[in-house]
Amino acid sequence: MRTPDRKEITPEPLYLNRRNFIRAGVFAGSAAVTGLMYRAYRPDSIAVAPEEAPQSFGELTKRSEFQANETPNSFEDITNYNNFYEFSTSKTAVAREAQALKTDPWSVEVGGLVESPRTYSLQELLNFPQEERIYRFRCVEAWSMVIPWVGFPLAALLDQMRPTAEAKYVAFETAYDRSVMQSSFSAGIDFPYVEGLRIDEALHPLTLLATGLYGRPMPKQNGAPIRLVVPWKYGFKSIKSIVRITLTDKEPPTTWNIAAPREYGFYSNVNPNVDHPRWSQKRERRIGEITMRETLMFNGYEKEVADLYRGMDLEKFY
Amino acid sequence: MDNARFLKLILGVNALIPLGLLLFDAATGRLGANPIEYFLRATGVMTLVMLLATLTVTPLRKLFGWNILIKSRRMLGLLAFFYCSTHLVTYSIFDKSGNLTAIVGDVAQRPFIAVGMAAFLVMLPLAVTSTNGAIKKLGGKNWQRLHRLSYLVAILGVVHFWMIVKSDLYYPALFATGLALLFGIRLFYRQTAKKEGQKPGLAFRPD
Repeated sequence: MRTPDRKEITPEPLYLNRRNFIRAGVFAGSAAVTGLMYRAYRPDSIAVAPEEAPQSFGELTKRSEFQANETPNSFEDITNYNNFYEFSTSKTAVAREAQALKTDPWSVEVGGLVESPRTYSLQELLNFPQEERIYRFRCVEAWSMVIPWVGFPLAALLDQMRPTAEAKYVAFETAYDRSVMQSSFSAGIDFPYVEGLRIDEALHPLTLLATGLYGRPMPKQNGAPIRLVVPWKYGFKSIKSIVRITLTDKEPPTTWNIAAPREYGFYSNVNPNVDHPRWSQKRERRIGEITMRETLMFNGYEKEVADLYRGMDLEKFY
Repeated sequence: MDNARFLKLILGVNALIPLGLLLFDAATGRLGANPIEYFLRATGVMTLVMLLATLTVTPLRKLFGWNILIKSRRMLGLLAFFYCSTHLVTYSIFDKSGNLTAIVGDVAQRPFIAVGMAAFLVMLPLAVTSTNGAIKKLGGKNWQRLHRLSYLVAILGVVHFWMIVKSDLYYPALFATGLALLFGIRLFYRQTAKKEGQKPGLAFRPD
């Protein structure tokens, strides 16, 4: 090996300077990468302020008996914190991913044990008189919101279909399009998403087919263009983006019940006295609040719906 | 500053960047509709990241001879404990309103809470004995034996995460795979050391 000439050796101050320069680069670079990784895992909301959108529904009936005496959550919160496992299992990412859902054209096939099965176009469903209903919404994950839905009672549709005497249950099915529902392979539950109600639950005046919220058409992440809302049951019963409604004589299979039968029953009524096997249902975090509040029996709709379950053991039929 | 200390600075700063961004987002209302849940989840995930980082030091030394990392290991472990404490405090205050009876009831009733609490309680003596004085007092052998509990902490942490997920096991599985890989490397070196009749320990590789 050749000994370097004295003049070839980098002078110490220059060497130290270079080292500091490299170190500063490493420092800044690593910090930037860490920061970007953090941001990548915290998707920004794609919020649209409600006033930017046109009022799409004309005069809405606002019936006083369906106005929960509470302040609704903001449009931004309602449209950026969603469970829609077909698109993402992250509640903050659904708003972005669900924009891929194609809602035009849309139709809902109603059949099974009815006298006049038929397929409704979305416009035909929007021709039912639409009204605003402010409901509490309680997720099985122990958070809740207050949402000003727009829609019409499911009973109005079912009355038109004239269910036969054998019809005891109503089954619902969500649209399933693998090409846009990217999360459906890893979500850990089966698709298409299916749900069901007993026919007396389906005919209850509180049970709503919702076509919008905050006076405008249903945002995709909230289950566009038409979804079910059953305010006294955990949120996952309120199936989104419905394409099929079938009347049956047997209790229909339901998605979360198939995934974990011990954790999610067919009824899934909001009930602070029956805990989820893994967590408590006694309290909930209302979105926008810091501490937890008490969960109400049947989500506060006890007076209206308790009769449906008279004599039933609600611990057995959870 | 020598290289070991510079590395320690880099690792420490990067480990705290998520906390800084979390606090910034919290202060400016950017944690989404359910900020408490987000903060809770993020500090939990950061605990697991730091636990795995701590357990990565030895495999990296064995695989690549990066002995310089040993000088950062204690700090990484303490950062795991710090994130874990933040996680626990957040849960206690915001989910349980600081009600000790409610917390004890939760631990008794909810297996996933019990597993998480167990992880914290096992971590506690490790954090307390992380000083040079404690190492001297315990003796290196005993200290090392005690701190092998960090494996248990990591397993409990991943199990805790796995148990709370509703159906999408992607992230818990990611941590579980990472942990299994780290254990695998350790076991491999342990077996090799046994075969060569060495005491299982760190084989220093000449550079």
